Amino acid sequence: MKVGLFIPCYIDQFYPQVGIATLRLLQRLNVDVTFPMEQTCCGQPMANSGFQKLAAGCDRNFIRNFADCDAVVGPSGSCVLHLKEHLHDEQHPTEAAHLRNNVYELCEFLTDVLKVEQLPPVRFPYRVGLHTSCHGQRGLGLSSASELMKPKFSKPEQLLNMVDGLELISLAHPDECCGFGGTFCVFEEALSAKMGKDRVADHLRHGAEVITGGDMSCLMQLEGTLRRQRSNVRVMHIAEILTADA
Amino acid sequence: METTVRTTHHAEAAAAFLRDEENVDWHNETLWFVRSKRDKAATLLPEWEDLREQASRIKNHALSRLDDYLVELEKNAQQNGITVHWASDAEEHNRIVLDIMRQHNATQVVKSKSMLTEECHLNPYLIKHGIDVVDTDLGERIVQLRNEPPSHIVLPAIHLKKKHIGDLFHQHLGTDAGATDPQYLTEAARIHLRQKFLLADVAITGVNFAVAETGGFVVCTNEGNADLGAHLAKVHIASMGIEKVIPKGEHLGVFLRLLARSATGQTTTTYSSHFRRPAPGQTMHLILVDNGRTRQLASPDFRNSLKCIRCGACMNTCPVYRRSGGHSYHTAIAGPIGSILAPNIDMKQYADLPFASTLCGSCTNVCPVKIDIHQQLYKWRQVLGEAGAVEPAKKVGMTGMDVLFSRPSLYRFAGRAGRRLMKLFPSLANNGKLNPWAIHRDMPKPPAQSFRDWYAEQEKK
Repeated sequence: MKVGLFIPCYIDQFYPQVGIATLRLLQRLNVDVTFPMEQTCCGQPMANSGFQKLAAGCDRNFIRNFADCDAVVGPSGSCVLHLKEHLHDEQHPTEAAHLRNNVYELCEFLTDVLKVEQLPPVRFPYRVGLHTSCHGQRGLGLSSASELMKPKFSKPEQLLNMVDGLELISLAHPDECCGFGGTFCVFEEALSAKMGKDRVADHLRHGAEVITGGDMSCLMQLEGTLRRQRSNVRVMHIAEILTADA
Repeated sequence: METTVRTTHHAEAAAAFLRDEENVDWHNETLWFVRSKRDKAATLLPEWEDLREQASRIKNHALSRLDDYLVELEKNAQQNGITVHWASDAEEHNRIVLDIMRQHNATQVVKSKSMLTEECHLNPYLIKHGIDVVDTDLGERIVQLRNEPPSHIVLPAIHLKKKHIGDLFHQHLGTDAGATDPQYLTEAARIHLRQKFLLADVAITGVNFAVAETGGFVVCTNEGNADLGAHLAKVHIASMGIEKVIPKGEHLGVFLRLLARSATGQTTTTYSSHFRRPAPGQTMHLILVDNGRTRQLASPDFRNSLKCIRCGACMNTCPVYRRSGGHSYHTAIAGPIGSILAPNIDMKQYADLPFASTLCGSCTNVCPVKIDIHQQLYKWRQVLGEAGAVEPAKKVGMTGMDVLFSRPSLYRFAGRAGRRLMKLFPSLANNGKLNPWAIHRDMPKPPAQSFRDWYAEQEKK
């Protein structure tokens, strides 16, 4: 199975270490992974701002890059959900459909496709708060949502539980939105900032030393908030923890 | 006159509300408390998700044959002795109410909670025509005395604290200055409202469910104020949006179990009153109001929103609503569901609302009738974008982004240049005037190289 590594634009530019960790994790699990060099963005910023149709060029570029992959994996639930729901190209409908059906968020890929039950040994002896991203949780179904009266589960937790020494903390609001929301964070700045602050406070109150999650955009929001508060609580993408060698 | 396109209204109102952070925290926690009560109530029913599914299907079915069920409702209601009126819009609705008032030489109205009459701006209309209209739901009476609209469809005065109510009642009802005891204040409101009930010529109520099969309708309240009004006044006018019709009486069992649990976490509302025919000596009117609903019905993308039973669960769970308050939505029905309904009434005036969401999806999950709320908000954004109801600057920005992202070499160049710029002038990136992100949050530190650059290096090795 040929797996295309999708590193969303903002991870590429600001968080290369997340891309590196994702790549290493997949390689350690013996996945045949390639990184198409001409990839850019999933198109979500345009679409969420009401201009999904303006993202045509972006969509086409994505398809051009990944059409020959059996599966695409990306370390960002939000971008992956956007692709799953909206990737579209009138000239290449078959390729677009293939990619929509075969694009995976990293944790989802590990638990559902690779069915990982054990990771190459990693040790991370810290108290960790898991931020479940809304798009990952409710959109991709990576974990159960507190609103639904259905059995509880969590794919990211399942993976974090395979890490030696890691202690997952519990939160008062296990699945409250962090307030990032794509362009929402800029157009509704005051509200978005307050949501970030509240989200961070829940983790701090429960003694998190590290905050993690599968969506770097949420984590960017939480990190930006923590840094402004001069907090030394660290923010790490789940791929970084799953490849941590302490 | 062309309305100016302004998609920032909610953001500005929210920013103003957020200035009093302590109050925001209190508002947020109060609504979260209601959401938690809803969770507990839902947990106690093993069939909760089945109930939601049933409710959704009944509503889907009712909407698919809305015309038939409305005609059936009309016929059966008329047979029961109810006068049925049809109103195509808010103005017609208000005129019908006024006409009925005039026929009876009525000047005093008591009104129990009805978001439809809020939507139609009935109160100001009646007042303008010399009618004394009094809202009898306690929360509604409070906001009426403050001369402001309800901020929540179930909890109209949830944005106010005991102190506000004490000051308000001192001013209007003559209670002791500085009094904040809920029992004392409620008693004062009770005495005040009793007088209004006794004097009223006409009682107006909303309708939670109208049953086509029986021609009757159900009004749910926790204070019994609808019953007091409707039983004391000579004339009862019930106003309903046409989407409130359900086929059969047996369906009520599904909705009444879901409504109160979703709204407040109660097992059922204190009063679920069934009105079927006027009492001897009384007249009963039922007004069926369209006001844009058939337009919504005709739109496959937004039809689903007509399933709404107005429980307010989406507001209580919404992290945006909880922190921005109902008035920031500047429409009768605030919150996630209101943000779908309002642009259907006026696309330009409410173009901001579908953007007042992070699309987190919690609203969709709590909705007792399974409205895909966050998906519809996303769809509205596309409709507004294409209709030119979004600020031109936003469109220019987004076009620019597509140009950038469809040309990988340009993207690489811009990325490199941007990171270098951030490194050389960090104060520029962290300047809140140029970059709204940086007002309350730090920008990430630009790394030396992008993932792509790192990967290219590895390939060479």
